[in-house]
Formats: sequence, structure tokens, C-alpha cells
Amino acid sequence: MNAKIKLENHDAQEIKYTTCYMCACRCGIKVTLEDNKVRFIQGNRNHPTNQGVLCAKGSAGIMKQYSTAKLTQPLMRKPGTERGEGIYEPITWDQALDVLTERLEEIRATDPSKLAYFTGRDQMQALTGLWAQQFGTPNWAAHGGFCSVNMAAAGLYTIGFSFWEFGAPDWDYAKYFIMWGVAEDHSSNPIKIGLEKLKRRGGKFVTVNPVRTGYSAIADEWLPIKPGMDGLLAMSMVHVLLKHEQFDYEFLVRYTNASWLVVQTPGEKGDGLFLRDENGHPLIWDIEKEAFRNGMDGDIAPALFGEYVAPDGRRVKTVMSLVAERYLDARYAPENVALEVGLPAETIERIALEMAHVAFQETVELPIEWTDVWGRKHDKVVGRPVAMYAMRGISAHSNGFHACRAVHFIQMLLGALDAPGNFRARAPYPKPIPPHQLPENNIDIINAPNTPLSRPPLGFPTRPEDLVVDEFGNPLRIDKAYSWEVPIASHGMMHMVITNAANHDPYAIDTLILFMANMAWNSTMNTKNVQEMLRAKDPEEPDTYKIPFLVVIDAFHSEMTNFADLILPDTTYLERHDTISLLDRPISEPDAAADAIRYPLVKPDRDVRPWQEVMVELASRLKFPAFTNPDGSRKFSGYQDFIVNFERSPGVGFLAGWRGKDGTQSLKGEPNPRQWEKYIENQSFFAHHWPDNQKYMRYANKDYLDVAADVGFVGKVEPIIMQFYSEPLQKFRLAGMGLYDGPQPNNQVDRERLVKYFDPLPMWYEPLEQQRVDAKEYPFFALTQRPMFMYHSWDSQNVWLRQIMAQNYLYMNARRAAEMGIKDFDWVWVESHNGKIRCQVKTMEGTQEDTVWTWNAIGKQKGAWGLKPDASEATKGFLLNHLISELLPEKAGERRVTNSDPVTGQAAWFDLRVKIWKAAPGETGSWPQFDTLKPLPGDERYERPEVLRYDARSHEKK
Amino acid sequence: MRLGLVIDLDVCVGCHACAIACKEWNASGTIGPLSDYQPYGAEPSGVWFNRIRHFEMDEYPHNKTVNFPMSCMHCEDADCVTVCPTGASYKRAEDGIVLIDQDKCMGCNYCSWACPYGARELDRASGTMKKCTLCIDRIYDEQLPVEERQPACVLTCPAHARMFGDFDDPDSAVSRTVRERGGFPLMPELNYNPTNQYLPPRRKPVIEVQAKPKGGLKESIKQFANKLVRR
Repeated sequence: MNAKIKLENHDAQEIKYTTCYMCACRCGIKVTLEDNKVRFIQGNRNHPTNQGVLCAKGSAGIMKQYSTAKLTQPLMRKPGTERGEGIYEPITWDQALDVLTERLEEIRATDPSKLAYFTGRDQMQALTGLWAQQFGTPNWAAHGGFCSVNMAAAGLYTIGFSFWEFGAPDWDYAKYFIMWGVAEDHSSNPIKIGLEKLKRRGGKFVTVNPVRTGYSAIADEWLPIKPGMDGLLAMSMVHVLLKHEQFDYEFLVRYTNASWLVVQTPGEKGDGLFLRDENGHPLIWDIEKEAFRNGMDGDIAPALFGEYVAPDGRRVKTVMSLVAERYLDARYAPENVALEVGLPAETIERIALEMAHVAFQETVELPIEWTDVWGRKHDKVVGRPVAMYAMRGISAHSNGFHACRAVHFIQMLLGALDAPGNFRARAPYPKPIPPHQLPENNIDIINAPNTPLSRPPLGFPTRPEDLVVDEFGNPLRIDKAYSWEVPIASHGMMHMVITNAANHDPYAIDTLILFMANMAWNSTMNTKNVQEMLRAKDPEEPDTYKIPFLVVIDAFHSEMTNFADLILPDTTYLERHDTISLLDRPISEPDAAADAIRYPLVKPDRDVRPWQEVMVELASRLKFPAFTNPDGSRKFSGYQDFIVNFERSPGVGFLAGWRGKDGTQSLKGEPNPRQWEKYIENQSFFAHHWPDNQKYMRYANKDYLDVAADVGFVGKVEPIIMQFYSEPLQKFRLAGMGLYDGPQPNNQVDRERLVKYFDPLPMWYEPLEQQRVDAKEYPFFALTQRPMFMYHSWDSQNVWLRQIMAQNYLYMNARRAAEMGIKDFDWVWVESHNGKIRCQVKTMEGTQEDTVWTWNAIGKQKGAWGLKPDASEATKGFLLNHLISELLPEKAGERRVTNSDPVTGQAAWFDLRVKIWKAAPGETGSWPQFDTLKPLPGDERYERPEVLRYDARSHEKK
Repeated sequence: MRLGLVIDLDVCVGCHACAIACKEWNASGTIGPLSDYQPYGAEPSGVWFNRIRHFEMDEYPHNKTVNFPMSCMHCEDADCVTVCPTGASYKRAEDGIVLIDQDKCMGCNYCSWACPYGARELDRASGTMKKCTLCIDRIYDEQLPVEERQPACVLTCPAHARMFGDFDDPDSAVSRTVRERGGFPLMPELNYNPTNQYLPPRRKPVIEVQAKPKGGLKESIKQFANKLVRR
């Protein structure tokens, strides 16, 4: 009956499974190939992440593979031309590697800190971090400092796991879900799958976001909050829960530090620290035994509230008393925050009480037996089915760390963590709070030539002694992470690297390596000025750039590659081997620890090499100890060999599946020479499904923690007690007050910041930039949203995705725009304290009235991405980035400080305020405009026809 | 059989996954390739069988954003077929799918003018009209695994907002869902009898709350009595 229907020529096709890399979601994909061309990319039904579905980006992978922006060969800036002119000469890989090896050898043998290595959208930080550690430079980080560190740090200093990628809502049992801020950036398919499950079951979806697009479109209730007010809203909800006594008393006693005692000796050393016994254990007051007892023990009956006198005479209070005193204050009453957050008081109260109702009246109980870490058996698991998720919307504010902690307070009060229906941990989390990993800060080791760091460059400080500063308190890192200015910058501060390096502040570097990061365009603040910094030369040495040598590794021709002195062309994700490792940012789901690989499905048609492979090559040439045999020969023949045989600790390597000589061991075991083959046979992923008794309450689940300790997720089996009150923050605050027995800051700016912002309980403060910008002059908040069909996928031009959007607009609330005489498609000027741009407006209802916004990263520099100079991304599209400064506005008598969260160094993208006015008649097109990027050598291979007719079929007429 | 789609407006987040999966499958499918115009130039556009409209209802702050995927409705009384001067447009008796015979089509555009749903597009390079085939080269391909014999848009939809099935079968999932959720066709008043159905947003869940606080502001702290809870 279907004679006329032409079906696939399956005989000419091959099916392979790998892992998507169109964004950070890392879905499993099933790829149909025909004649070495990609016919179809679909979701892998068996994959734990996406369970068969795939987003727009994933399906558009075909057009990434066939992008005409692909770099084709190694290139060197042409001698005699200036950086940024974009004039290059081809060199061979041998030449490129020789040049780079020689330069790196010299740096490593003299002053290893003169190498800075920062990476963007990569998912291989376990390898890049190891490489930097082995090189011996502290100047390494990925892009988390401008992405998600507020979420990661707030979680890891509070609950032991986190939003971002270390936890997920339990979509199978949740009955209430709150999404805080824009969250279309991570976990994209799991959240979409989950929202449908929730709604199908009749659960309620509440969204807190100044803008109603994306997932918020299908929310049952939209709370159009003013930007930057999330923390205040969360704290007001804490107020309501306390006022109504809606908290899980047992949960607080068992799993949090709510009962721990805090020393109350204001103005004295030791104030605000936990009362501890001689072994350092935190103490509680046992109401049965009427004695101070170890707060980690299992057989205690602690007072949750109360004030006591310690044996040494000091006054102490329980954490919960401090929490209640703080948040029951009228400051946090809904009626007193309503105006600031922009929501009616009754809405705030109602939402808090709805959550309480669902948590306590609609509890989920599963008949699963489990044993707690203190050895007691339980015959069921109790779930408070209120789930939450938050990402960029909270993260990108300078008050985001505290805001995110406040959201975790709601979860703790409701007892809604890692149990059925709420927010659950993803292996290898939860970890001790914070994780036991300190950043390298030994100046002798950092300065030692040809010597690896003794610890990774990044970690989780717990006290001033852990800062990465010299004896005078000056930063040892180029990005100033872990300095007094930003003590807990646990993801580094990539957004400060170019500025600091160009200013030689805190010191000059020699070589900057950037991998997969468009730091000359959409991934930097202050784009126009940052481009100037990349061009800047030393006035005293007119032949030397302030950043003397710039190496860029990318697969595509971006604005950043245009500034490189050396371009090393990478492969696409369908052309290389990769690991998505449990040592890094794993793809685990709450019910399974999981990791994955990529392997080449398509043969590169260009002279390109995977950066992984090049890193192993460089590590071998530079004779890093971990890559070199005792006799000086190279230890690994290449990346695949490295992945199989490198062990971080005995039995623990990059891939957790099919370990052991015979491939029968999971999570831990000897290297298996056939490990890659086993992954490929198993559709390129590995999942260790947790048995029911290890699925929940993992912060205190003995059977889970036994496994976690054995395979190295945690150091030992001990309860992970959640931290309402954060003692590490208090230690930094004491240092700011001059009350700390240990290092203290010299600079008044640092002292003030520590005292003000290192509150051990969450606090709300006006975002830092807004404290210095006149709200009357700049009446609008300005921010970006994440387009679901492009987010994290903008490292290349994509013929299909750009048909969905090739120009961004500035979106305004319709009524506000009308009041200003602004109509759809009017061109406007938008100005901040840092600069101005011209862009085109669209009005809409779904935008909070004081907010304007646009889609992130649509605007392009002419000629980038392999697009023609008249592409609308360049002529009409725009970046908000020009308006955002990486430094706070100047303040008299104060050094310039970073425009970041003062606790974590998270880039404060969303603190921006602007003014807007209509452009004069005839003023059209986006502004500023930049020189057109010149085609690179090798570009002549690309046709760029006026009509593209992609067809993967080998047997059809074209 | 009367094959078609159900689209759930309650959960469609407007992510365009269905549109791209459709483009990707059909580019190399039975009536591919699908031309892309100015793919690298000023105003990129191209042939798509499935486009997502976004619009708003009501006024701030009571506004709602609606994402509305639209493709061929495979109408029972399809005017696009009636108006076709060459007989290229036809509706299959066996399953109701409306197709265009690419060998007969001369690209005159009559059908696209007749279609109120904007489902038909001229491929300027082939000079023929093209539109959704319900992935006829998937759903009848017995070499595909059974669970994959579905339109690409349905397979991929991350929010599971799309269903495919036989509306003639009252027990099919699509028929049942339309009954249970009050599914409706788009613009029935035009009398084209579209096969595809849309599911309206569900009613908002109502959660009761206890309005009366137990404690009273700052004084609450004094009322909090310690309970004997052993860890």
C-alpha cells in the first residue's frame, strides 16, 4: 500500500551511540550515519539522562558537524601583523607543538604561575585540572566563576549537594515544584521530562522569574519578582514557616546543625564559633541527660532551642534559636518585603504555606527499609514532596550565594532533601560540608620550578588559613580567587583573568591558554574594552602585549580565536574520544551513578586534533610526573590510553564502568584494557543503579555511605550534617573584625566586605553594583534569559537553529514601554554606568515592569561563525555584555573591586541597571559595531551557498 | 485509520525540539531535501513542516505565555487537496494522511492559499510544495524498531507534549486522551475537520493552606518548646 513511499536504505546505514555535546546536559544520542554523513541524531531511549528524548540543539547537531565555521588547521598570527587584525598563516601541528612546548618549558622552569589556563564550555575539568596541577600553576579554572559557582558553593557549604549538577528534583514523586529564576541552562531535557510528569500527576509548578518565557510559560503560578530579590523572598518564606511553626522538627534534630551550640561573646575572639569539646566535636545540649554532648553522635536528644552557659562560662545558643531570632524579625515579614520583591504579601505567605501543606499533609511514604549512619534501622522512607530547582537566575547576582543558601533553608525546614518527591542528590554527592579539598596555597610549591602542585588549584576553603595569598595578603592567583576580596571563589574567576592580566594586577603573566571560551565576545563582561585589553601593549616594551602570548583552542572561528597568537583547531564532538567522568561533572541521576564517553563517529576532513589528545601530548613532552615513567619515557600513548590506565587513587579512574582486568567491576577496580570497547558496546554510557535502600537520605544512609567511602566519593563513613549556620563564613568574618587567631586582611575594603557579607546565616543585601548606581538615573533592571534552542550551543554557527532566531530584541513590559512612547521594533539606546548600546525593542506582557531583558549570546561580530558580514546576528543582534563591567563602579579612596559575589566571586551579570531612550529617526542597526573578522586560511574550502539543501542519503539524486 | 497528532498545550514549553527533529528527519527523508535560504546570510529562512508560534494571553501580571506548535492537520475535508490543479495533493484513503506527489506538483501555491493553518510551504529550489507527511517514511518502516515507528517530532519531544495515533480507534491513546482532557481541533468553524487535536491547559491545582499562625511574630521563639526527639 505504500509503494510510493521511499523508505530508508538501511543497508547503507550504520547506527552508533554516543553522548551529545550541544550543551551541558550531556544526553545519550543514537546517531544514524550514511556514507560517513550524519543522517539522523535522536535521543537514546536507554540513557539515564534523556530517556529517548532530545532537544532542538541535540537534533541540530548535524548542522554543527557541517558548520562552515570549523577551523581547519593550526594557525599562527602572521609576523608583523597586530593581534586582533585576524591575519594568520598556516603552520603544521609539529611546528605548533614545538612552539608551545618550548614556551611552556621555559615558563615551567622559571615561574610556573606565568601560565594561565582557563577553559569554557568544556566538560573535562578533571583532566584540565590535573594538567594544570602537574604543570605547577595555580592559574587554572573552568568557567564556573561566571556561571554557577553561587549555586555549587551555597549547596556544598550548606546541604552537601547542590543545584546546578549535583542534585535533581525527584520528578516521580514531587507534588510541588518551585523553579527559582531562569533555569533553562542546565539539565535541559530532564527538567522538561520532569515538568510534564509533575503536571500529569496534578502537581503544582510555581515559577519565580521576572520574565515569563521558557519553562515559566507552563507554570501554574508565575511570581514576577524583581531581579536580585530572590533571597529576600526566600527569607520571608522562612519567616512564614517559622511563624506558623511549619518545620520538620525531627529532620532538623537528626540531619542538620540546628541544635549545635554557638558561642555568644560579641566583640571577643571565638564569638560565633561552635562550642566544641576537646576533640573538636560540636556540642549540643542534651535535654534527657541534661549535659553538653557531641553533636555528631547518634544517641543524643538535643535541645533545638535554647540558651545555655558553657562549662567555661561563655554564653551559647542553639543554631535554631539564632535562626528563629533572625528570620522572625519583622524585617522579613511578607508585608515588609512585598514592595521590594515586587510581590503581594499574601502571595508570599500563601506560597510558603502551600509548600508546608504539601510537605507535611501530603507526605509520601515508601516501604523501603534502610539503616541510618548511626546504625538504626528504619522501616520506611518519608518524603516531603516539595522539590525545587534554581540556576542562573539566582547565581548571577552578587547576593546569590546567600540567596541560594536561603532557598536551602526552606528545604531544610521542610525536611525536603534527598527523599521521595523533593530535591535529591546525584553521585558522587552528597559530600562532607564543604568537601574536603583545599586549593593549593603553599607559595613555595607554587613558585617551585618544574614541580607539580601538591593539591588541585581549586577547592573549598574553611578558614582564612586556606586562602591563596602571600604573606602580605596579596593574591597568588591571576584571577584573585581565594584572596581576601573573594575568599570562597571555588570555581575560580575566569571573568577577571583578561582584565587582571592586562593590568598586571596582581602580576604579569606570559601565556594565556583559553579553551572553548569566547572571552572576546559573549562570555566576557565589558566586551568592547576587553577586546582593547587583548590588544594592549606595554608602554615600556612597545613590542610586547600586556598579555604576551595568547593560545586559543576551539573547533570554530569565533571572536576569541581572532585574537589568538596561536590557534589550535579542535575536533567536533562527533569526531573525538571524550569522557564525562564521575571525577568531574558526572551525568548521574538520583537513582544511578553514571558516566559516559564519546568516540569518533565521523572522520575529520581537516587537519584538526582533539585537545584532549594534544594535552596528553604536551604533558608527555613537558614530562609531567603523572604522565612520565621513572625512566623518563612517556607513560601514555595518548588520551585513550591515559583514560584507561590513569588512576587517581588505586582502582579509581576517569571511567567507573567495566573496571577490573576482566571488566566485571563497577565504580572501582583495576584498569581494564577493554574499557572503551565495553562502553561502546553499552551505548557509550555506564549506570550503577542504586538499590532501594541506598537511594534516599544519603547524607545519613549507612549502606550508601559505605559504598561511597569505598569508591572514594567520600573520605569515610560519617554523617553529613547539613549546615544552617556556616562556621567557615564566621571565621572569615572574625578575620574581618580583627578577632581571628590567624591571618587577617590588611586592607580596609576587605575588612568591611568580610564583616558585611560573611554572615553565617543568609542575609539579603542590595546587589553590589546597585549600591553604587543611582536607581533614579538608571530605572530598569537589565538581564538575559537562556533560549532553550541555543543555550550552551553557541560555539558555532548553526544553519537550522539560526532560523529560529537570528536577531535578539530588548524586551520590555508593554505598559511601561507605552508610557515611554516606545513601540515594537523601535530602536532605542540603552545605557549603564559602563557604556551604551543601541538595539531594537519588542514589548510583551510577561516581563516585570522594572525589568528589560534579551536573549543571551545571539549578537555576533561581523564575519564570526562563518557567517556573511550582513548576517542579522551582527547587524541587528546585540550583546548586553558591553553594559556590564567586570569591576564595580569606582568609589573614592577604594581600589577597584570585582563585580562579583563577595563570598564566591560569582560574576554578577544580572545586577545591571540601565536607562533607555528612543533613538533618533534614522538611528538604526545595533551599536557598537566592530571590524569584520577576516576569513582564515583554509576558509576557501567552504562554499556558503545562497541555498543549502542538506541531504545525507548516499543513494539519492542530489 | 485516521492518523494524526495530539499536542498538549499544558506542557509545551516552546523549545522547538519537534521543529528541528522534523527538519532533521525530513531533510534526508522521502521528500527531502528541505531548502535553507541564506543559510549564512542576512535573513536565514527555509522550508519547515512544523513551526512553533509563541503568544501571550491577558495582561500583566495575569498574562500567560502560550507555545503553539503548528503543522499539517491532515484535515478530513482538506481544501488543499480540492484546489490542487495537478492532482499532486491527495489524501490517502487508508490512513488519512495528506501528501503531495512531488512528481506531479508544479509549485503553484494554490494549496498554501487554501490552507488556513499555514502548513504548506514552497521549496523554491525544487519548485514543489512540501509539508508534514506524519513521517510516513518512519511510521511504515518495518525495519525500524516498533517503538520508533513514530513521527520524529513525537519521538523527540522532551515534554512528551506530542502523541501520535489513530483517531478512528476509540481505544487508541490519542482518542482516549482527547476525551479525557477535552481535546479540541483548531478553528473547527472553517469546517475542514482537522485530524490533529490540541489539549487545553489543565486547571490549576488548588492547595489548601492553614491561614492561622500558631505563634505570633517575635514572640513565637518563646513559645517554641523543646520536644524530646532522639536522633
